[in-house]
Amino acid sequence: MTVLKPEELTKNIEETPSLMTGKSPAKEWIDTPAEFRPGNWCYSAKAPAVEALKAPNARTWSPDDEDWKLPEDWFDIISKGFKERLDKYRSLKIFMDVCVRCGACADKCHFFLGTGDPKNMPVLRAELMRSVYRNDYTLAGKLLKKYAGARPLTMEVVKEWFLYFFQCTECRRCSLYCPYGIDTAEITMMARELLNLVGINTNWIMDPAANCNRTGNHLGIEPHTFKTVVDSLCEDIEDITGITIEPSFNRKGAEILFITPSGDVFADPGVYTMMGYIMLFEHIGLDYTLSTYASEGGNFGLFNSSELMKKLNAKMYHEAERLGVKWILGGECGHMWRVLHQYMDTMNGPANFLEEPVSPITRTKFENAKSTKMVHIAEFTADLIRHNKLKLDPSRNDHRNVTFHDSCNPARAMGLMDEPRYVLQNVVNNFHEMPENTIREQTFCCGAGSGLNTEEIMDVRMRGALPRANALKHVHEKNGVNMMSCVCAIDRATLLALTQYWVPDVEICGVTELVANALVMEGENEVRDCDLREDPYEGVEE
Amino acid sequence: MKIITPLIIVLVLIALAYVGVMAGLTSLFGVVIPYIALVVFLLGFVYKVVKWAQSPVPFRIPTTAGQQQSLPWIKQNKFDNPSNLVGVLVRMALEVLLFRSLFRNTKAELGNGASLAYGSAKWLWLGGLVFHWSFLVIIIRHNRLFLEPVPAIIALIEQFDGLFQVMVPAFYLTDAAILVALTYLFFRRVVSPQIKYISLPADYFPLYLIGAIAVTGILMRYFIRVDVVAIKALVRGLITFDFSPQEGIGVLFYIHLFLVSILAIYFPFSKLMHLGGVFLSPTRNLASNNRMRRHINPWNPDIKPRTYPEYEDEFREKMKQVGLPVDKD
Repeated sequence: MTVLKPEELTKNIEETPSLMTGKSPAKEWIDTPAEFRPGNWCYSAKAPAVEALKAPNARTWSPDDEDWKLPEDWFDIISKGFKERLDKYRSLKIFMDVCVRCGACADKCHFFLGTGDPKNMPVLRAELMRSVYRNDYTLAGKLLKKYAGARPLTMEVVKEWFLYFFQCTECRRCSLYCPYGIDTAEITMMARELLNLVGINTNWIMDPAANCNRTGNHLGIEPHTFKTVVDSLCEDIEDITGITIEPSFNRKGAEILFITPSGDVFADPGVYTMMGYIMLFEHIGLDYTLSTYASEGGNFGLFNSSELMKKLNAKMYHEAERLGVKWILGGECGHMWRVLHQYMDTMNGPANFLEEPVSPITRTKFENAKSTKMVHIAEFTADLIRHNKLKLDPSRNDHRNVTFHDSCNPARAMGLMDEPRYVLQNVVNNFHEMPENTIREQTFCCGAGSGLNTEEIMDVRMRGALPRANALKHVHEKNGVNMMSCVCAIDRATLLALTQYWVPDVEICGVTELVANALVMEGENEVRDCDLREDPYEGVEE
Repeated sequence: MKIITPLIIVLVLIALAYVGVMAGLTSLFGVVIPYIALVVFLLGFVYKVVKWAQSPVPFRIPTTAGQQQSLPWIKQNKFDNPSNLVGVLVRMALEVLLFRSLFRNTKAELGNGASLAYGSAKWLWLGGLVFHWSFLVIIIRHNRLFLEPVPAIIALIEQFDGLFQVMVPAFYLTDAAILVALTYLFFRRVVSPQIKYISLPADYFPLYLIGAIAVTGILMRYFIRVDVVAIKALVRGLITFDFSPQEGIGVLFYIHLFLVSILAIYFPFSKLMHLGGVFLSPTRNLASNNRMRRHINPWNPDIKPRTYPEYEDEFREKMKQVGLPVDKD
């Protein structure tokens, strides 16, 4: 599909009459049908992926078709599913009942800021579902119908749900400002579960999920190829540093199982972060192993249903138990850590076969992970640096002027904020924060989380990326920032599209990539003159 | 339409009470309806909260608004990202008493070149806070009508509220404050295109209703005097189940009481239940200690992953070729 040029999109955002530019739409939202146009929806899930996951109603269909080929009793299935979820989730009940439409959330959503579409205001996104709830479950809704903001579930409503609950990245920024903590991510998750019940899914969620299930990682890489790819990264490390490293795979009896999103293994620039992990572990002599079976940290189930989330996540403990490791170390990833921090133990614990995590290098006990037994790499590395266990030369990153993008989930579903910053302070000399309303718990989404990082929705993605891009551009112009670091593999893919479109001179990297660049390793080449990207260090002639 | 109709409804309610009392239905408006309202309010409120509580909290999903508890030398934000009960209690107290989350509010503005700026936006926080606190103080003050002798704490609150002795009887700050706050809350709904677009009749109705209650109350106190002694006798009668009719109270009081009754009846079925909901919101009232203490999901389904043996069965030969260890040869 064709995407507007940045100048054109800028003009479009500025000049199109919308609630963001101070113009009210002529019609009430409840009378405005959902409009499907190229660039604002994701392709439907292909039948094989749906079948592989034994999900309902596998078929060939497209959201721009008139007929979505739903089962005849779709209405009953969704209504029953809604009732069931109201009974299973207090969150859903409360969030359906207590909103006062104060509007505090309205301009907090990156998609609203970039599209001006009223239904991208979190309050209205939730009203899309709340209106049906009122119709079926509240006295006022039953009596007063539309006057009470109630409407029956119709096929038009289902289509609208699909459009807007797949224009939400479950980033939870709105929930931060809500006086009752209403979390649109929770509502979106419920809506997506309901849609899944009748076979309304997107391919960029179901296909990776099916792959994770079968091969262990979202790209469907089979074990032998997984090993070959990691080996080739080690060859690159040898070329650059002169150090030969041979990480182990599926090794029983290793002390630690390391799991990271497979994007780090296969996708540029994530691979440099993967090289970073391998170098870091070599540097400290860590007794760890990688798994080809549990070779995906990310969890595409989170974007589909709690059942699928549980099924994919269960692989981690299953593999840890089989290998007999003591605990699990997790790589840099956003939504992966939402699952690990807020769901894993509840869903698949207790992991009594593991031990409470202790750093074998510093003997630090990771008290905050004593039940789940999984530690974040930024926590692990920060502890190493604090104990002076790494030999670091931050000047090796002097050609980088770095900022840090807080990924939504580590920020708002965990609170991992100062660990990566502490690491960065010790490995780079040039660091600048983006404006305060755009970082830490107030951070803006990359615009393509929760399974939206696909090409066909690029128009909405680039609009949703605007707030993050804006903040980045600010420090790029003011402080000369040329590298945005993050702790998320989806970010490393999506922020690349963001910078290429909005701020072309800034590159994207993982935090551990910068750590490895600064590492002074035993046995390395006498002259180490370039970083992992083979870009020359400051002061070195190309 | 959606702005005017709720106003008309409130005016009709006022007219209803006026006509009813004028027609001599004082027992209906002074006794029967208040009782019904009280019962509906209490049962409705409890019913709603019980309904909420019947659904479990399967996952611990707090919105973390600050640094987590991690390494001992990293300073945790204990109240915005609490990891224990005390932290949660403080977080909830800040939320309920001081509207912590609304205090964070910003306003995004789109500038040249689609640049975004986020300005401070504390008016909603202030307006909301003034409204709710004034309302609370006014409700506490009204206990003077129910309690004999008047408890010292109520007298004290009255004294503070009436700090500015600008007129007789003492002018209560909260009377003015609640009107100002209500006016602000109303105007932002009409003036801001975003808020206007999302507003429902159910958002205007309580504003008008509470506004009318406040205005009738203020009229009675400062302008059109009613017989307070008779009112107190009536109210005392209501709580002691002594329904001897009180003469000469004045119709304004009955209108006031009727509107309060309507508010009480409306309350459990409306968004006003945020009063109860705020305490039960799982993104606020749980500690972010998920990796420290396992949270139990009562309906945790039995779902197994694709197991390692199944995986190895599919890929065994390929694994062996590149020297990956296998469990079965």
